[in-house]
Amino acid sequence: MTVFIIRRLMQAAVVVFLMSLIVFFGVNVIGDPVDMLVNPEADQAEIERTIKALGLDQPIHIQYLHFLGGISEGDFGRSFIRGEPALKLIIQHMPATIELALVSLVISIALGIPLGLFAGIYPDNPISRAIMAGSILGFSLPTFWVGLMMIMLFAVWLGWLPSTGRGDTAVFLGIRSSLWTLDGLSHLFMPALNLALTNISLVIRLVRAGVREAMLQDYIKFARAKGLSANRVIGVHLLKNIMIPVVTVLGLEFGNLLAFSVVTETIFAWPGMGKLLIDSLLQLDRPVVVAYLMIIVLIFVVINLIVDIAYSLLDPRVRLKDQGT
Amino acid sequence: MSEQTLQETAEEPQAPIRVETPFRRFCSEFFESKIATVALVTLVAILSLALAAPWITPQNPYDLAQVSVLDNLLEPGEKAFAGYTMLLGSDGSGRDLYSAILYGLRISIAVGLASGVIALMIGTAIGLTAAYSGGRLDTLIMRAVDLQLSFPAVLIALMLVAVLGRGIDKIIIALVVAQWAYYARTVRATALVESSKEYIEAARCLGLSHARVVFRHVLPNCLAPLIVIGTVQTASAIALESTLSFLGVGLRQTEPSLGVLISNGQEYIISGRYWISTFPGVALLITIVAINLVGDQLRDVLNPRLKK
Amino acid sequence: MLDRKKLMSALAATTLLASPVLAEDLTIGLSSEPTAMDPHFHNLGPNNAMSRHIFDRLINQNEKQQLNPGLAVSWGPIDDLTWEFKLREGVTFHDGSAFDADDIVCSFERAPNVPNSPSSFATYTKGKEVVKVDAFTVHIKTATPYPLMANDVSTIPIVSSETGCDATTEAFNNGPATVGTGPYKFVSYTPGDSIVLTANADYWGGAPAWDNVTFKPIKSGPARVAALLAGDVDMIEGVPTTDIETLKNNPDVALSQGVSNRVIYLHLDHDRADSPFVKANGGGAIENPLMDLRVRKAISMAIYRDAIVDRVMEGVAIKAGQLLPEGFFGVSDKLQPMDYDPAAAKALLAEAGVPDGFELTIHGPNDRYINDAKIAEAIGQMLTSIGIKTQVETMPRSVYFKRASRGGPNDTPEFSFILVGWGAGSGEASSPLKSLIATHTPDKGWGASNRGRYSNPKVDALITEALATVDDAKREALLAQATEIAIEDAAIIPLHYQVNTWATRTGLSYAARTDEYTLAFGVKKN
Repeated sequence: MTVFIIRRLMQAAVVVFLMSLIVFFGVNVIGDPVDMLVNPEADQAEIERTIKALGLDQPIHIQYLHFLGGISEGDFGRSFIRGEPALKLIIQHMPATIELALVSLVISIALGIPLGLFAGIYPDNPISRAIMAGSILGFSLPTFWVGLMMIMLFAVWLGWLPSTGRGDTAVFLGIRSSLWTLDGLSHLFMPALNLALTNISLVIRLVRAGVREAMLQDYIKFARAKGLSANRVIGVHLLKNIMIPVVTVLGLEFGNLLAFSVVTETIFAWPGMGKLLIDSLLQLDRPVVVAYLMIIVLIFVVINLIVDIAYSLLDPRVRLKDQGT
Repeated sequence: MSEQTLQETAEEPQAPIRVETPFRRFCSEFFESKIATVALVTLVAILSLALAAPWITPQNPYDLAQVSVLDNLLEPGEKAFAGYTMLLGSDGSGRDLYSAILYGLRISIAVGLASGVIALMIGTAIGLTAAYSGGRLDTLIMRAVDLQLSFPAVLIALMLVAVLGRGIDKIIIALVVAQWAYYARTVRATALVESSKEYIEAARCLGLSHARVVFRHVLPNCLAPLIVIGTVQTASAIALESTLSFLGVGLRQTEPSLGVLISNGQEYIISGRYWISTFPGVALLITIVAINLVGDQLRDVLNPRLKK
Repeated sequence: MLDRKKLMSALAATTLLASPVLAEDLTIGLSSEPTAMDPHFHNLGPNNAMSRHIFDRLINQNEKQQLNPGLAVSWGPIDDLTWEFKLREGVTFHDGSAFDADDIVCSFERAPNVPNSPSSFATYTKGKEVVKVDAFTVHIKTATPYPLMANDVSTIPIVSSETGCDATTEAFNNGPATVGTGPYKFVSYTPGDSIVLTANADYWGGAPAWDNVTFKPIKSGPARVAALLAGDVDMIEGVPTTDIETLKNNPDVALSQGVSNRVIYLHLDHDRADSPFVKANGGGAIENPLMDLRVRKAISMAIYRDAIVDRVMEGVAIKAGQLLPEGFFGVSDKLQPMDYDPAAAKALLAEAGVPDGFELTIHGPNDRYINDAKIAEAIGQMLTSIGIKTQVETMPRSVYFKRASRGGPNDTPEFSFILVGWGAGSGEASSPLKSLIATHTPDKGWGASNRGRYSNPKVDALITEALATVDDAKREALLAQATEIAIEDAAIIPLHYQVNTWATRTGLSYAARTDEYTLAFGVKKN
């Protein structure tokens, strides 16, 4: 097990290094930040001063080395437009996004698993068909459009929920979050649901597929034949087995959620990392974009590691195979 | 897939009243579901409409000589300056929405299909290679997949389009790069589970060639998840393209896909010009739902383990 | 639903009445967020607007960008090279410390020298030496006569010599250094979420109308409108043109509109005989017809500006015939928008030897100006209809401006025919003349945005003369004359002036500003 984890850790380190190369050079070919930053009335001297102030007068590989050197000291660079450390900006924006992603994940699971179980166990029930049709809708609607429709419906027409922004925050258990206030929750609901739409559908489909496969497998038939109650069969045997793909996929999706919040946060003016990213990208604030992407890579690599390890615990064959090679 | 069906027909021959071909069998099973039948008919109708667009629309929305800003923001049913009726109204630049939707369907479907098929082929090949070869190659490939997946599709596509520039070919490249890893990962995972099963070992013991084992036994078992992922990904390719347009890096404004039409229309939602984003949105929705329903039924029909 | 809201707010108001102090709060939805609270860090519209709440200038610009006394009560040249500023006495900073000439000297020193500044105020401070004469008199000296002194000075925020001048940008963002003399005091800055200010009851210009002001950045236009309709904010800036009609008919919303200092125009390649995006019919090479005045005139005549204003801008724009709308300093009263005349345009094309037109690509941004991509498309339609087969290519500004300025070989402009806008920050005509029309001369800082590389010695000479003329009337005439020559030569083709719209809840109104700034102290209760 230790060998397995060490191997995975080393692989993760290589991934992170490669990504830093791709991200840094990828981001640095897009556009020219100077034209975005300098006041249009500025003259050539001012433009050159800016280029120097931002370190853009250096060749790109030197810039990369500076960047690597900075990372080793925990410095991801300094925002071009805000002049503050990129990492600080991202950390400032992170709680809002994590809050959003977590709530959306909870919504996906809370809605997805029961609906998926139902649809899997009673595949021919009209309600199941409706659930499946609904899940297809969930995939089909473009997030930004649904977001706008939600704002129209819940905020403008019905006036039930606030249209945009993050609500009041409060400190509870040492964490400052808008989860602890009513105002905060009311602001959170629409964006979280918007972000969860795809994942609800995904969970429904995964659970249903898992259930339908499992129902035909021998161990379920045995369990039933043994006279175990339907609830026990579902609760213990079925759920346990279908949780493997659900955990894997949701683990992968958490990274995706963080990133997809780009769109949701833009529509709902949610002050999170995604909005920071898209703003930075549109304004070519390269250090923030690079730092953001690197952090997403790190988060993902860690999640992946955890999922891999969890997976190997649940299904020893995977671990054995990995070790055998 | 026909191989799979073939195999099964051979295994459990029925007493046919008329000659039972694999295709007929497949069809009869497919059309058992009314929803799927309707979806397939809808999909075929949409495809034909899209293909026939130049002959059944009053305006070529891509020809600036035929589009006039004086016709912009007409409500559904109003008459254009040139005399024809704008059935679904017009958008902010004066494009007839009915025409623009049909032309846009072509682009959206082409983008979705092309990127879906290419990503599926590349991803499957890579996933099978990884699963079947094992060892360092597997590790290497899976690390590459991780590398790829560590970047959410929307971000990869966003970056690529930003670097490559605009255009259908570039969007397709971006979508393929963004999506191949999903296929590879799925195929590998399924293939791994499959190859550890007894029947594969038995097949190997029988001395069957690697190719034969992969293509006749491992691959068919990957089909069900591949089809699920494939439909989902094709649908999401189309949605992703519209998201890129929303973020301002999608296809050209003058040659709008459905995604561009919707995102152009989103600024009019509050002002009550619902038609600009609603109709293309509905067209997009019907298309994707139809694709997904057909895919769903295909999965049920093709997955031998789900058969009674 | 709005009734429900009203009921709620009525209930809230009743409870508030019970409390001793009735706080008047204002929440504003911004379309773009300031990038820092440091007033000298980034010379950028949203930052300059925000800093005006907290920091005064020596001279303030009113909503028409006319100059009003700020921290200086009077000013003027005492000789060709020296301007004298008499400072306001008895003004205190938010922390209670007194304001005097030292604050001016150190603010002018800090403004161009903030570390890591992406766009500094050096443009306005360079060549100026600030000298303290006594505690309430300051002299600013230049090497050559400099008539735009007052305009330049009106852009520099004054920070406190005790807390602000040596402070880092972070110290401003966190609050301790954000101490000015302005009508509002800094409370908090949460990037991406909100900026909160509170009234400075001791403001020299009188206590402001609002006790607490919260700015919330909401980038998406529809979301901003939705936030106003839902009552989350009291006012929004940058109302999308598409929503103006709906909001006009909404009894809960009031609109405030005003023309801006921003002209939307077309720049054409005057310089290259073989221009990359101009082709003969069929795609072959052609000698750049845009260099022919008749072709440029034809293009201007083929543009149906009324249609752009009415249909694309939904009436919220004013068609343009020169660089700044009427009423601004240096505007010519002889220039009118070109009349739409496609027949005459075709005749001119024939006269210029291209009766069947040619192929052209118009490039434009799609996220910079109001409806920019749609304007580019409309231009494409209009030119195509007179035979100039036009392709439309729009892109995000992060890519566009670099390519438009320096995308070609040897840092030349990449495109041949572009849609751009220009806002005259100084509020007078020398700004667009110097940047857009004057010959591209990097050393002098002229023609920095002359992406068509127009060059006319006569215009250059007039601009040079104007910029050395301290006498206002003479300078105004020179600027108008330069504008006339450039426009008649179709150096650029003006399309329209942007009109900006603010929306408030009923009962409020905003004094629309030509500089597009959203200022809480411009919001009045009716």
